[in-house]
Amino acid sequence: MTLDDLWNGTGEWLKGSGPDSDIVMSSRIRLARNLDKYPFPHWADAGQLEGVISDFMAAYEHLDLLKGALFIRMGELDSLEKQMLIERHLVSREHAFRPEHKAVLISDREIISIMVNEEDHLRIQVLQSGLNLMDTWKLADRIEEELGHHLDFAYSPEAGYLTCCPTNIGTGLRASCMVHLPALVMTKQAGRIIQAIGKLGMTARGLFGEGTESYGNFFQISNQVTLGHPEEDTVDNLGRMIKQIIEQENAARDAVFANQRLLLEDRMTRSLEELKNAKLISTEEALNLLSTIRLGADLGIIKGVDRDMLNSLFIQIQPAHLQKKEGKQLSAEERDAVRADFISHKFNLTDKS
Amino acid sequence: MLCQICGKNDATVEFTEIINEEVKQLQLCDGCAKKKGVEMEQHFSIADFLASISDTSGGPDASAPGASLKCEKCGMTFGEFQKIGKFGCGDCYLAFRKSLLPLIKRIHGSTRHTGKTKDPGSPDLRHTLQRKLQRAIDTEEFEEAARLRDEIRDLDKDPGGK
Repeated sequence: MTLDDLWNGTGEWLKGSGPDSDIVMSSRIRLARNLDKYPFPHWADAGQLEGVISDFMAAYEHLDLLKGALFIRMGELDSLEKQMLIERHLVSREHAFRPEHKAVLISDREIISIMVNEEDHLRIQVLQSGLNLMDTWKLADRIEEELGHHLDFAYSPEAGYLTCCPTNIGTGLRASCMVHLPALVMTKQAGRIIQAIGKLGMTARGLFGEGTESYGNFFQISNQVTLGHPEEDTVDNLGRMIKQIIEQENAARDAVFANQRLLLEDRMTRSLEELKNAKLISTEEALNLLSTIRLGADLGIIKGVDRDMLNSLFIQIQPAHLQKKEGKQLSAEERDAVRADFISHKFNLTDKS
Repeated sequence: MLCQICGKNDATVEFTEIINEEVKQLQLCDGCAKKKGVEMEQHFSIADFLASISDTSGGPDASAPGASLKCEKCGMTFGEFQKIGKFGCGDCYLAFRKSLLPLIKRIHGSTRHTGKTKDPGSPDLRHTLQRKLQRAIDTEEFEEAARLRDEIRDLDKDPGGK
């Protein structure tokens, strides 16, 4: 795979397939691992950080699962490209903003990505479409196990895998699902549910992780505790929680569909017209309108809109993706114009096909 | 459009900030966005969190004596760890263990790892595989079950090797 292949393709997780993919956009597993022989990245010198990179490169080449994956040094990307990786959920902000001695390995269709020298030496991520946590975990587990044949991970029998931050020690596992909850937001129940999630040792965040707002009614729900529970239990618990959230969202959808059908239809047709005809549109506005269309498609009120196209739009309309497509840096207003044009083109195309 | 912080460079990044439920969108240049990113990170620092819980965790174990502990491998002291909220290397855990356990307990509600183990041939690994096998059988994933059965068989044959 080359960089161009990466920019021209889209992630598997945007396919809109897999179980419950109307509500669950994606399932993600992240494993934090460190090499025993080096200090953690923030405490290591340049030579040690380069040591981590070369040890990792020598190790991953043995893995069939990572054949043909693209290895990128963060320092070799321009600022737009780094931003694109953030927009695709392949690297963190921290990884992009301080690129020295950092790298990322990205597999075909963006299913597997491994950040090197982020907060921990290795952050293994597997991202799949729909509610697919157990399979996603199994794949991450396999990659970790195979890498472990070639790398000596920092580990203690008592505390498990040792990580830079004490909040990750033990399994180093963060399992999460990105869920679309427009009906729960509409019926003002989302806040109550997020509170309940917090009480059960899990957290809910916005579309782009920590510190971001829940644009477009998307929430990322993940476990918090990494010590004292086997990985399968953590994954299983999250899965059960997500199933309950799906039930609640479906109940809310049924309720609004039964009681406020006209209001829904009005809002959805207006949103669609707005997306088709707008001349300027901000990211936030677009995400919120697209969220309404997504719900409309799920409920069968809006016909002929492809989920794959809709999901991809959530990424393609982000600032860096738009600028890359135009081949130049754009001001915010220029971006709003290009975004509006791009979206209206996509929807008018759908109409004709 | 110019960056809304420095007013000099072109804005290239859309930055969203949420303070007390108020959403603010800023158009920033690369440099200012970078600074903002750093600020945010410091804002949500785990160090503050650690400091706040070690203050309240009380007890003689969690107080002063820990500060002089030092990790022989990487040179980090417990005092430094408390300040930045991050370990220097894997060995820090053992070096700071005594002062650390109350914190770990506060964060995770447990101090004992029960997940995946690293050492091949350890009874824990066999146990983990056995549990995975049972799960695979329960969920009727027979291909996975067969693979795990073989793995357990190999392990029993050659407990030390990989």
